Amino acid sequence: MKRLRLLLGTEVPVACILAFALFPWLWMMLSSFRPDEDLTRSPVRIIPGALTLVHHIELLQRTSFLDNLRDSFVVATGAVMLGLLLALPAAYAFSRFRFPGRRALRVQFLVVNMFPVVLLVLPLFIVMRTLGLLDTYLALIMGHATFTLPFAIWLMTSYIDGIPGDLDEAAMIDGATRMQVLRMVILPLVVPGLVAVGIYLFIASWNEYLFALMLAGRNVRTVTVALQMFIGENEIHWGLLTAGGTVVALPATVLFLLVQRRLVGGLTGGAVKG
Amino acid sequence: MKVEGRALPWLLLAPALAATVLLVLAPVMETLWLSLHDVILYRPRSRPFVGLANYLALLDDPAFWESLGNSVIWVIAAVSLQFLLGLGAALLLNRQFAWRGIARALVIVPWALPSVIIGLVWTWMLDFNLGILNQVGVRLGLLDAPVAWLARPDTAMAAVILAVVWQGFPFFTVTLLAGLQGIPREHYEAAAIDGAGRFASFRHVTLPGLAPVIATALLLRMIWVANSLDLILVMTGGGPGTATQTLPLYAFLRAWSGANYGYGSALAVVLTLMLLSVVVTYAVRSARERSA
Repeated sequence: MKRLRLLLGTEVPVACILAFALFPWLWMMLSSFRPDEDLTRSPVRIIPGALTLVHHIELLQRTSFLDNLRDSFVVATGAVMLGLLLALPAAYAFSRFRFPGRRALRVQFLVVNMFPVVLLVLPLFIVMRTLGLLDTYLALIMGHATFTLPFAIWLMTSYIDGIPGDLDEAAMIDGATRMQVLRMVILPLVVPGLVAVGIYLFIASWNEYLFALMLAGRNVRTVTVALQMFIGENEIHWGLLTAGGTVVALPATVLFLLVQRRLVGGLTGGAVKG
Repeated sequence: MKVEGRALPWLLLAPALAATVLLVLAPVMETLWLSLHDVILYRPRSRPFVGLANYLALLDDPAFWESLGNSVIWVIAAVSLQFLLGLGAALLLNRQFAWRGIARALVIVPWALPSVIIGLVWTWMLDFNLGILNQVGVRLGLLDAPVAWLARPDTAMAAVILAVVWQGFPFFTVTLLAGLQGIPREHYEAAAIDGAGRFASFRHVTLPGLAPVIATALLLRMIWVANSLDLILVMTGGGPGTATQTLPLYAFLRAWSGANYGYGSALAVVLTLMLLSVVVTYAVRSARERSA
């Protein structure tokens, strides 16, 4: 009886929610393995007649998708490095120093997150064009790293807060300067934090669309922009599209599942503290 | 050493501040400035100052009012549905059952996907001829005939809202779940001793315990949903006609396709001011509650 109540009251509803959460993703993957006869057939067959790799092969051989993957990878990796380089010292300052304006600055970084992307992307387009950076890796790396900076700093600060300040002081008594402390004491201890923040930065950059569309798109074309352009063509080739979607979704999903607990901790820590 | 000590935090913050000033604050100022000018993209040399003319034009622009209305529907429907579904999922996932860990991990999947792919998947599933949803709907007798969800003005908004609810509900699940775990068990025990039933303990223990998390999560999500345009851009481009054109999308389209930067900037500024007023109201209220 108790078992039945658990099943009906909890497990069945949870299964329904999971089905809702996972079905579109699974349907996309399944579609990418189905032959064209299946995909262009109405009424739709839910159970596939056959499975095939033709769309994945065509995607890699006949489109520029490999180049797009490379561009996305370069941009995301660059955004991770630049983002960490900016966030780590800032987070150390927020965590270890009490200085006038500290609170206001922390709030300012959060307010920045509130500005609509449209508000930023229009003038950034003009700035990048003036600097001759339009359609380069650097433009996207700078855009992505800066836009994700507030959350990166927030998360990083909570990691450094978790390292006892006594360690800094002990090292300084032994004659280390602050910069040496940061490099030799904090940096090795904060590696898990760097990994979590780095993965967050990577996913955010990998998934981003509007900057990638506006500030680049011709020489440097990331996967999100490339996929959207597949849709724009006259006849939508769903096999290619779902294959591309499956390939692009994979790294983000895997990375997200790896660090979800840490990201969520940082996120909700922020939400609870307000 | 003393001087270095005082300057050091600023030195450490300098790179992050410089990047923010250069790539966020300067562009925001630039947008404000552009919104006071008549800026046409392919005419870069001449940008006459027009004062508030762009803002005044906006008042007489029926497309602006329509996008504003669409934005209101979009934000209210998307955020409330995400919240309700997310809360339900969080309450369920807070109970004890064997495969809870896996369920908690998998429910997050939609959140990890790029908006472009989410738009693509839902466009595929909602397709008139080949979409699985029409197929299942017809077969189960829920629909008389397939519906071109994204091509009909009366259903397009509901379709994009469905997609954004799917994308966003895990955010609520995850934050509310963390909030639920932060409510001390003793509170529930005390309520049970006082004879509170399930509903009463939800109302008097769970909800008050979650209130701060709910408020912050709603605020963050509202800002995000109000600003987001990529999902709509991918699925309908604002169409059919202007049925799904929200304010940020209208600003984007006017600035980009219409090449009218001045007017697009004015629209973006208005959107930001509206959001800012919500945030300030929230901040003032929560500050008052804290001091009370």
